[in-house]
Amino acid sequence: MRPLGNTGKGGRSCCLGLVAIALVIDPALSAPSPLAAAETDEFKVCADPNNLPFSNADGAGFENKLAELVAGELGKRVTYSWWAQRRGFVRSTLNAELCDAVMGVPVDYELVETTRPYYRSTYVFVSRAGRNLDVASIKDARLNDLKIGVHLIGSDGMNTPPSLALGQRNIVQNVVGYMIYGDYREPDPPARLMEAVEKGDIDIAAAWGPLAGYAAKISAVPLTVVPITDTEDFAPLRFQFDIALGVRKGDHALKARLDDILARKQPEIRALLESYGVPLVQASSRAAETGTR
Amino acid sequence: MYRSANARTELSQRNKPGAVPIRGAIAATFLGNDIRSRILLLGGAIALIATSAFAQTRAAPAGDSADLDALSRDQNQWVMAPRDYANTRFSGLDQINTGDVGQLHLEWMFSLGADRGQEAAPLIVNNTMYVVGPYAGPHPNQVFALDATTGDLKWSYAPKPDTAAQGVACCDVVTRGLAYDQGKVFLNTLDNYSVAIDGNTGRELWHTKLGDVNEGQTITMAPLVVKGKVLIGNSGGELGVRGWVTALDENTGQTIWRAYSTGPDSDVLIGSDFKPFYDWLKGKDLGVTSWPPDGWKTGGGTMWGWISYDPALNLIYYGSANPGPWNSNQRPGDNLWTTTVFARDADTGAARWALPLNPHDLFDHDEINENVLLDLEINGQVRKVLIHPARNGYMYVVDRATGEILSADAYDYITATKGIDLKTGRPVSNAEKAPALGKTVEDVCPAAPGAKDWQPTAWSPRTKLLYVPHQHLCMNFKASDVGYIAGTPFVGAAVDMYSGPGGYRGEFMAWDPVKRTKLWAIHENFPVWTGTLVTAGDVAFYGTLDRWFKAVDARNGTLLWQFRAGSGFVGQPVTYKGTDGAQYVAILSGVGGWPGAVAAAKIDPRVRNAALGFVGATQDLPAYSSGGSELLVFKLAGGQSGSVAPQPNPSHANGAQLETGNAPAR
Repeated sequence: MRPLGNTGKGGRSCCLGLVAIALVIDPALSAPSPLAAAETDEFKVCADPNNLPFSNADGAGFENKLAELVAGELGKRVTYSWWAQRRGFVRSTLNAELCDAVMGVPVDYELVETTRPYYRSTYVFVSRAGRNLDVASIKDARLNDLKIGVHLIGSDGMNTPPSLALGQRNIVQNVVGYMIYGDYREPDPPARLMEAVEKGDIDIAAAWGPLAGYAAKISAVPLTVVPITDTEDFAPLRFQFDIALGVRKGDHALKARLDDILARKQPEIRALLESYGVPLVQASSRAAETGTR
Repeated sequence: MYRSANARTELSQRNKPGAVPIRGAIAATFLGNDIRSRILLLGGAIALIATSAFAQTRAAPAGDSADLDALSRDQNQWVMAPRDYANTRFSGLDQINTGDVGQLHLEWMFSLGADRGQEAAPLIVNNTMYVVGPYAGPHPNQVFALDATTGDLKWSYAPKPDTAAQGVACCDVVTRGLAYDQGKVFLNTLDNYSVAIDGNTGRELWHTKLGDVNEGQTITMAPLVVKGKVLIGNSGGELGVRGWVTALDENTGQTIWRAYSTGPDSDVLIGSDFKPFYDWLKGKDLGVTSWPPDGWKTGGGTMWGWISYDPALNLIYYGSANPGPWNSNQRPGDNLWTTTVFARDADTGAARWALPLNPHDLFDHDEINENVLLDLEINGQVRKVLIHPARNGYMYVVDRATGEILSADAYDYITATKGIDLKTGRPVSNAEKAPALGKTVEDVCPAAPGAKDWQPTAWSPRTKLLYVPHQHLCMNFKASDVGYIAGTPFVGAAVDMYSGPGGYRGEFMAWDPVKRTKLWAIHENFPVWTGTLVTAGDVAFYGTLDRWFKAVDARNGTLLWQFRAGSGFVGQPVTYKGTDGAQYVAILSGVGGWPGAVAAAKIDPRVRNAALGFVGATQDLPAYSSGGSELLVFKLAGGQSGSVAPQPNPSHANGAQLETGNAPAR
């Protein structure tokens, strides 16, 4: 495991000794410093070290690039605490004060204070271009017969919206589940779903846009990525989400600074997302999508 | 982080000297202190005598369960987490009794140095106490051997965990304890190692890797040794793990058999000996056909609870966990063999019968709870039964030879189902409470943790009552919370949990399984998340999340003694006799685990829990308790029972209320 560059142990950046100690301390044990955090030259980010296109330990994800951009605007340098982004991620990282920001969370995510959204994307169907499937509607009759791959989140009433909508349509016999968690020894575990499309193991996959768009960008096999439509009947399930940065609840000062940067840097951020193939959608339909909230 | 599994690397890391603060022979470590060494020598001498007392049973064939069975009958010891193979958690010791338990005082303590949920049962074998900490702190799942009388540390063993596991394992870092047989101590680590340790020296004898945490698998249960086999089950159903129980050779760590909970009969070890009681359970490969195609491959049905064993029938018993990771509308069918009580041949693992309690589970009602093996006189006949206090809120009394349900009565308030149909063994479903997309379903009782979770009951053959620690919670389901995993947003079920009718969230109660009634109940503010101990002194012990360790009169529930500890209790009380002839009671203090989630409801009784798995495993009960890791060991003031001046019984300092007189399940 890569040494953790910053465990958030010390609130002061003056003492090299503290930093050295922090390197060998289990981050799970790090207690918040009793001292108020003074201004440092670090923009402390918690991120998954193994989940492209979002982030990885080599800094190759768009969230890594965005962190660099934001840090530059803040006049700081990025330091990371790495943690698999799963249940307990926010609790173990941001809320344990290992860092000050996470680079991607849905707006209204209750565990953090979210900034203004910096993009909005959608669940999509992804298939091999050569198949000419052009399925867009979640109600498309062909979904009764196609072999469909979906991501699974887990039990307890949680799963991805397309997988639940298909279940509601009684489309279960031809649906193949891919755990979002995958095998963490492999690179970017959620990518197995898109790879199954490339290999022809499944006809079509329903996936979150950034995952599918990035796969289409790097795939050797041409892939077609189509936003999923006709989702209104499946409310309160939502197929589009606004994504923002997250800070600790109550950290209004940092949120305000990040909001300002996101607003000012919108063109650069949009170009960055497009370079990763992230399908971007307008927020115009948001009111209808979130009517139940 | 992406380190590939390499057995040799693991081995060398695990044996690395210096990873363990104290290791090796007692004398070498502690001889600097004359007084201590004398005590240790004394302890050693007594241990030798104690060992020779068991020479007869030790003459039994190697690997025979007779040794451990006989050892468990020695009331001075506590050699397996459930105390005996029947899982009674009853001790014949009576020095501490209803007359003198008020004189209990803290004799010594020991810190495990890892402040997370302490669910493990200490073991006491020949005056050595073996305890294990959670997967936290500088040495996750560290094992300590202590002199059970003096508290002197003999050795410790620290496995070298896979650092990649950090953040990859799901929420729970608890362990429910160790196992012992033939001088060996058996440890399950959260990151899926089974380790055999020399009970005298702390030296590692072998280790076997049973799964990979990178695939979502973990182990939290206490193993049970039966006839030379270490029986182990896995955790991680929410992460797409397929459940199993595996038997390892206690001498080599080699796998002897593995029985899956889902899939074809050949994997579930269903063969010609399989005789389920109910007709709907007969048929080929039901573990495949009761699922959508391939659903069984990631179908859950893990086993992180208790195993019991009947030497006469040569059967082991355990229950499997809930189906996953699909939501209920994605897995039409009975989803066998999840939430199922199994009876299996102890030698081969072959299934003899199976009883799915919650076919097509809708509410996350795992059935990994203990099965207590009793011979009860029912309708004038002595029946060999098992009692399964189920997650779904029913107290099942089952013929343990055949799998027939003799009775199944609500022991808590239930709306999720309308009873158990004894003709089929199936719950009678309540369509109003079935979760459905976009529909708010309110007042589902019991809530997802069930009427009772893993926390084990105790049975007294003196009072013929089962002592049941449990929760009293209902929930509302609403699909509206935004969740986010691995970069993927979704709308998850919001689950609001709150206290059931009466306004209390936990209960410690006495159940008569023959009369099928609740005799008395103590209503606790928080879910009662500890195990239970009952003794021949007619004292029953349990602990609370708000830091009280309590002793009550097993006959009527009257509070006899209470002690306030540094942290809340989620552990398992045990009792034993020390070399000084005194009876001791021990329990780990340190709050954590799932109850942190439900206990948070104290701050706001209708607080939204952002989907079950998300709620904290750490920030437990902040208003009442922070974390801890103290082993607490009690004995009577003056060491022995004697002429103790009678004292008035205390009242519950935390406001708990005793309700008596065939209290109905509310």
